Amino acid sequence: MTLYGSVLDLIGNTPLVDITALSPNPDARILIKLEGQNPSGSVKDRIALSMIEQAESDRRLSPGQTLIEPTSGNTGIGMAMVCKLKGYHLTVVLPSNVSPERRQLLEVWGAEIIESPGSEGSNGAVKMARDLAADHPEWAFLYQYANPANPKAHYQGTGPEIWRDCPEITHFVAGLGTSGTLLGCGRYLKEHNPDVKILAVEPPAGEMVDGLRNLDDGYIPPIFIDSGGAELLDGKKIVRPRESIEWTRRLTEVGIFAGISSGAALAGAAKCAESIDRGTIVVVAADGGWKYLSTGAWTDDLDVVEKRAKETIYF
Amino acid sequence: MSVTVHLPTVLRSHAGGAKDVTADGATVGEVLTALASEYPGLSGQVINGDGTLHKFVNVYVNDDDVRYMSALDTPVTDSDEVSILPAVAGGAVGSSRSLPT
Repeated sequence: MTLYGSVLDLIGNTPLVDITALSPNPDARILIKLEGQNPSGSVKDRIALSMIEQAESDRRLSPGQTLIEPTSGNTGIGMAMVCKLKGYHLTVVLPSNVSPERRQLLEVWGAEIIESPGSEGSNGAVKMARDLAADHPEWAFLYQYANPANPKAHYQGTGPEIWRDCPEITHFVAGLGTSGTLLGCGRYLKEHNPDVKILAVEPPAGEMVDGLRNLDDGYIPPIFIDSGGAELLDGKKIVRPRESIEWTRRLTEVGIFAGISSGAALAGAAKCAESIDRGTIVVVAADGGWKYLSTGAWTDDLDVVEKRAKETIYF
Repeated sequence: MSVTVHLPTVLRSHAGGAKDVTADGATVGEVLTALASEYPGLSGQVINGDGTLHKFVNVYVNDDDVRYMSALDTPVTDSDEVSILPAVAGGAVGSSRSLPT
């Protein structure tokens, strides 16, 4: 065992586990990267630390300063933990309909929560945080959707780890979200092997909660546009809530208790496995299952869970 | 070739409130153009005047985003389902009422 000086040193270097037993094609290996092993419990620890340390080195943060961030949970939890250790105050704008564990974890780390309307989903949280940041120029707004330190954390961390552990990778699959994971890992992997395919999985936003009055209210993360995301990606698939929950449950067959977005990503990886003759697919499990126990995702009737999924933010 | 098209909530008022409609065409572009001529309110909402996809619209044939296939030239057949979804911020909610389940 190694002795660590700080919990922040535990961020990254997550394990990659062979779960080909779940692959619909035995010649298509599937390996899953367990980001739930990060100290606050998700892949977002990487960007929380990267964005805050970048802002420190740019002298955009001073001791005790307040940061504001729109988040559906994991980024806020990671940032709240890092802020607690570094002496900053964090205010998060959180849609009102996230799972209760997320809200409680934010409170554990001392974050202040401002609710945005659940019916507006993440779009509503982004808009409210931008408005608040404009009204409070004294707050630091690191803004994960537009911060180059987000994909950089994956270009310098997640991507090299995957290449180190699995240079035979042929396909990389991850959820879209802010697009930081796909952009950073995708760029690194393609630089080392241009033939690696980069595939995004998108759980569709619910129509009752997408916050749109018309299509011009839509949103594309600025980092996706600035980093040439459309040119980098080789494909994008939608995965429905029922498939996401089914694959989240199937992960337990190989001893992995992961969050529902991990099931969505794995559903995408399984579709990829069916479409190729042979290859090695690496898929990202963004977090563990703990924060979703209250949803009954593993234990309740699938129809009931699917219906409930229409009202709660799972990702 | 008649293809089922799933409309997002924001566009349904232009199609008499319908959630699913059908339109003819051998490619995604032909299907969407046929749709806009049947429901003139949809004109310019999905395909821009210059013939490209609206930037805040994602169009899927079955599970796949057509931007990463042949865009509006992506072929469709009778058994395919086309879904139009708005582009929104990540951290999605687990609902998919606009999609076949």
